[in-house]
Amino acid sequence: MTKAERRKAGIIFGIIALIFMVGAILTGGGEGEEETIQEMMRDAVLHDVNKVSLFGIMDVNPGMMAGVIVSSFLIVLALICRIFIIPRFTMVPGKIQLVLETVVGLFDNMAKENSKINGFLGAYIFAAGAYIFTGTLFELFGVQAITTTGRSISLPAPLSDINGAIMMGCLTYLIIMSGGIAGNGVKGIGKTLKEYSLPISLSFRLFGALLSGALVTELVYYYTSLSYVLPVLVGVMFTLLHALIQAYVLTMLCSLFYGQVSDNTPKPPKEKKQRRKDGKKRQTVVKDEAAA
Amino acid sequence: MTGVPLNIDWQQILLHLFNFTILFGCLYILLYKPVKNFMQKRVDHYAEIDQKAEQTLAEAESEKTSYEEKKKAFSDEMKEVKSKMGKEVEAERERRVTAAKTEAEKIVSDARVEAEREKNEIIASAQKEITDMVTEAMEKLTLEQTASDAFDQFLDAAEEADK
Repeated sequence: MTKAERRKAGIIFGIIALIFMVGAILTGGGEGEEETIQEMMRDAVLHDVNKVSLFGIMDVNPGMMAGVIVSSFLIVLALICRIFIIPRFTMVPGKIQLVLETVVGLFDNMAKENSKINGFLGAYIFAAGAYIFTGTLFELFGVQAITTTGRSISLPAPLSDINGAIMMGCLTYLIIMSGGIAGNGVKGIGKTLKEYSLPISLSFRLFGALLSGALVTELVYYYTSLSYVLPVLVGVMFTLLHALIQAYVLTMLCSLFYGQVSDNTPKPPKEKKQRRKDGKKRQTVVKDEAAA
Repeated sequence: MTGVPLNIDWQQILLHLFNFTILFGCLYILLYKPVKNFMQKRVDHYAEIDQKAEQTLAEAESEKTSYEEKKKAFSDEMKEVKSKMGKEVEAERERRVTAAKTEAEKIVSDARVEAEREKNEIIASAQKEITDMVTEAMEKLTLEQTASDAFDQFLDAAEEADK
């Protein structure tokens, strides 16, 4: 690129940025006053005001709609991969093949490292990881939806909706329980029930983490003065980190607990008990001798 | 929904569950399983190559051992042949030296005999020549004497006749 071309590109970039800034200033303000920041943040937590129509069937939280969009996107992406990319796989992988193999291999290895029974676990944590990661990144794009009250909102991450987070937490717990049953039968259910707080902690960890991200983003975007430069850090970097961390945490916890409850290797006898038993034996021998 | 904290909606939880189940199924069928199968296929492919390589290596090792054994046997055989050949060569040399010595002795002896014979011949020839010379000389002398005598006799006869 020559110097003149670079200057031309810089000028075009500057004009576009200026247009966006002017547009933001001119369009901002009026709508923000319609809903106060308190109302907005309260709705982000409780989802009691803004509802979205789910294809005209029923009114749902925006997170549910986001979940449907994310799932559809992932399914379409998987379909494209299955039709156009996977049949062209070679023994020496190309770039896209390498990415796909790395992602699948990552979850597969995570499952293999943590549990002997890992066929289903690998598939589940792959799907869960993909859903959490893509779902969290989804809020970056600011996909717009119209609420039932006619207001325009940007769709949040699916798991920042308490219902989505509860679903994910409880389903993960059920998957862990299924691992327990597969590894230890009825005993596995007992082992899983010992971790009774797991569904709550899994659900609320996801909900809390994603909601906090959503709240911070809402807060930043609410005020026009905070809408420059800062969203690059808050919106992109935090969301990216969030997506990675949350996907990793849930899949890691799931595979760890799954491995723990499905493990059927007998525990070695404890030394203390052995000593006690030895002690008892000695005592009985001494008693027998004394009686003799 | 009133009374449920955080507006938890069981219907929406089930909807989320339904949504995720479909996603899970699709991702498993469309992406996870085919990619994993391919990865397994590659692992098998390389394992097969590895096994073949190991087999080839084992065969090569076996061939190497066999070759080493053959080489050793050949080397031993060579040593034996070499030693045998050395002995044969030595024997041949001895035989040839002996033969040469015998021949030389024979030549020397023959030469001596020949020399003796030649010597004798020369001596005999010399003697004969001397004899011949002496005889000739004697004849000459004798002839000279005889001729002079005859001439004298002739002269005497002539004289007598004249007389």
